[in-house]
Amino acid sequence: MIAFEVNGQAVQVSAAADVPLLDVLRNELGLKGPRYGCGLEQCGTCMVLLDGEPAYACSREVGSVAGRRVSTVESLRDHVLVRAFLEEQAGQCGYCLSGILISAKALLDRNPTPSRADIVAALDKHLCRCGTHHRILRAVARAAEMLAGAAA
Amino acid sequence: MNAPLPLSVTNNRRLDRWVRFDPDRRVHLAVGKVEIGQGVLTALSQIAAEELDVGLDRISILAGDTEAAPDEGSTSSSQSIEMSGASVRLIMAEVRARVLDRLARRLNCSPGDLRVEDGEFLRGDARTGFDYWNFANAEDLAHEAEGNATPKPYSAYRVVGQSVPRVDLPAKLSGAGFIHDIVRPDMLHARILRQPGRLARLTALDEAGLRRAAGGDYRIVRIGDFVAFAGADETAVQRAAAAAPSHAAWEHARGFTAAQGEAGWLVGRAGAIERIVGDPPTPPDAPVVVEATYSRPYVAHAAIAPSCALAEYRDGHLSVWSHTQGVYPLRAALAEVMGLDKANITVRHAHGAGCYGHNGADDAALDAALIAREIPGHCIRVQWMREEEFAYEPFSTAQSVRLRVAVDTAGRPADWMAEIWAGPHVGRTTFGGTMLAADALPGPKPQTRPFDPPETAGGGGTRNAVPLYDIPAKRVLHHLVTDCPVRTSSLRGLGALPNVFAMECMIDELAARAGQDPVAYRLSILSEPRARRVIERVARLSGWTALGPAGTGHGRGIAFSRYKNRAAYAAVVVELDVDQEVRLRHVWCVADAGLVINPDGARNQVEGGILHAASMTLKEQVVLGPDGIGTLGWDSYPILRFSEVPDVTVELIHAPELPSLGMGECSFGPTAAAIGNAVAHALGTRIRDMPLSRDRIMTALLRN
Repeated sequence: MIAFEVNGQAVQVSAAADVPLLDVLRNELGLKGPRYGCGLEQCGTCMVLLDGEPAYACSREVGSVAGRRVSTVESLRDHVLVRAFLEEQAGQCGYCLSGILISAKALLDRNPTPSRADIVAALDKHLCRCGTHHRILRAVARAAEMLAGAAA
Repeated sequence: MNAPLPLSVTNNRRLDRWVRFDPDRRVHLAVGKVEIGQGVLTALSQIAAEELDVGLDRISILAGDTEAAPDEGSTSSSQSIEMSGASVRLIMAEVRARVLDRLARRLNCSPGDLRVEDGEFLRGDARTGFDYWNFANAEDLAHEAEGNATPKPYSAYRVVGQSVPRVDLPAKLSGAGFIHDIVRPDMLHARILRQPGRLARLTALDEAGLRRAAGGDYRIVRIGDFVAFAGADETAVQRAAAAAPSHAAWEHARGFTAAQGEAGWLVGRAGAIERIVGDPPTPPDAPVVVEATYSRPYVAHAAIAPSCALAEYRDGHLSVWSHTQGVYPLRAALAEVMGLDKANITVRHAHGAGCYGHNGADDAALDAALIAREIPGHCIRVQWMREEEFAYEPFSTAQSVRLRVAVDTAGRPADWMAEIWAGPHVGRTTFGGTMLAADALPGPKPQTRPFDPPETAGGGGTRNAVPLYDIPAKRVLHHLVTDCPVRTSSLRGLGALPNVFAMECMIDELAARAGQDPVAYRLSILSEPRARRVIERVARLSGWTALGPAGTGHGRGIAFSRYKNRAAYAAVVVELDVDQEVRLRHVWCVADAGLVINPDGARNQVEGGILHAASMTLKEQVVLGPDGIGTLGWDSYPILRFSEVPDVTVELIHAPELPSLGMGECSFGPTAAAIGNAVAHALGTRIRDMPLSRDRIMTALLRN
């Protein structure tokens, strides 16, 4: 058994150590937020937080996360990011969004007042095929404003 | 006399096929158009809420279900609001009128005395105690639509025309909402060993060697040259599929020459089918003829999610879940390939990633159905791999457009001729195409029938090839190439993007010859008022002034089209810089789509079309090679990234008094052409072949 923490809960999984983290999250733990997109760290749809840093779940073996903290988009349901994305209607098909929310979360944790260039840099490893980029950039900026407003 | 009923109503006359009043004070709306990322379900819900006079939050919508929703064909060609929207409006107006008529008889008053407020019926301001839920009954809905109810005038709209949030977005932001996420009882994951080309024959599959290389518990399903791996453990199945190609031997695997992947390969192909559109050829007496050839290569839909499908075969009935664009056409295709009765197949739509046309969705559905029939009683979940999607989706055909324009003494086009060479822009099975796995099954190869949409449907290769400009004679000669090296089918706008790119680049070339500003030149040869208005408005919006000298590395360009020459109008201005590659700065777009149902949703579509077109114009090309498709990942098929997107400003013309015009594709062609024109301005030389890549720019600079 491999023990780690997912979205604040301790879990133990029976998967072999070399099974991709993405498969374990989706199939054994039922967390469908991290998505299969390419399996090659080229698109970002599988992004999760690993000890607070963005990590591709598609290519990471579950054995390597033993004892560590994993967060998926499911942990962001009450986060201002989700509210900001809804307010900006920052989505078309939405498939890329769970990974993008994860990278945005890591950015805001690290830098609560990001410039547009900071947001672009944080999201550039993510692909969006529908062309919703500006709305996504605006939504992350809005979430930062909301956080600043809440802290003030 | 009534206007003809929309096709969707004609094909689905019964009112109860569309709507039902559920006991929880909800309205169940069923439609045949499906959500493919374009927000259509939200817009259709708005129309229903408006005509019934119920709150938008009371509408629950079911889309794409061969048992429980109407047949509206495919969700394509920007027709959902024009067609499905008009149908929903008419049906709901009729339901409302029918119910109020009966209530008026009951209350012994005139229907005009009654009104509806969030589903409650009022007489004047007094409550009647009746509402849709306690009064409307199955009898009211068990009728064929007569189509004679009068929908509300636009001046009375309260829901339509308002920006409302997308109904499907909250689930998608919280980790659910896609077909990929569905879990069914007794589910088995499956992967396919793909036949490397439709003529390939599997001569050997070393199953023992494969099982040694990729252990785990999975079944190997083999039907002729169709091989699949299915098991409860997705990782094990995936490993088997990844190891399988090195344990399989094929003969007649496909291979290409690089030249076959270029648009130029299509030009002059024998056996092409000719179509002539427009005016008869007349020998122009104009003294000057300007000629140029433009092209776009094969491009991929490249959905961000590889295709997925689920299928179950139980007690002789096949149930399929698919992110197809059309559940009924898919059901017909499955019935034909599998030799099943349509009555024994149910196809339900589930959300996938944005598809922008006919991608691998339907093929994955056939994969799942074939495996399900071999393993009855289980739900088979097929997940295509990234490289599988890139290698096997139907591409959008390459297209070459040769323009030959006779110019009068004032520098205006007097005679316009477009000669197009392209493969089929539609390859759905219902239109002569084939499904991928059907080629691998035992028995004779399925026959393909070369097809391109007729002009009445907006054409395919000819789409937007006829200029809207005031030109005395204009015609198109279309050659439908019947032996393309790869399977091709519909992608956003079909031939509109290559045709508008060619046409609007040529208009700039003619303006330059005439020594005129591109905006002024366009307006001087265009009398259609709505067309002029979007051009004038985008010029103002972008602060258009006379173009500075060409070749400075900084460029501006404009382009216009009316999608299909009958849907929404759009004019686009692009500002960019070029050194070794193109750096987009700002894109402005003004679109006129008549009555817009959900303005924010519409703007989202126009913005998406702009960036999709920018990506295609600057970067995208499917590469063919001796081992098959050479572009199998995002590294070899790059698309526009966050760091490359320009600022985008979109303005919609407010014209609620005019009928809705399909607008999901309206910004696509003009963006490509405006980029082409801006790059020409920046470089001082024109690149006529897409993509306008670094290589092409370097070549153009050397040529200069």
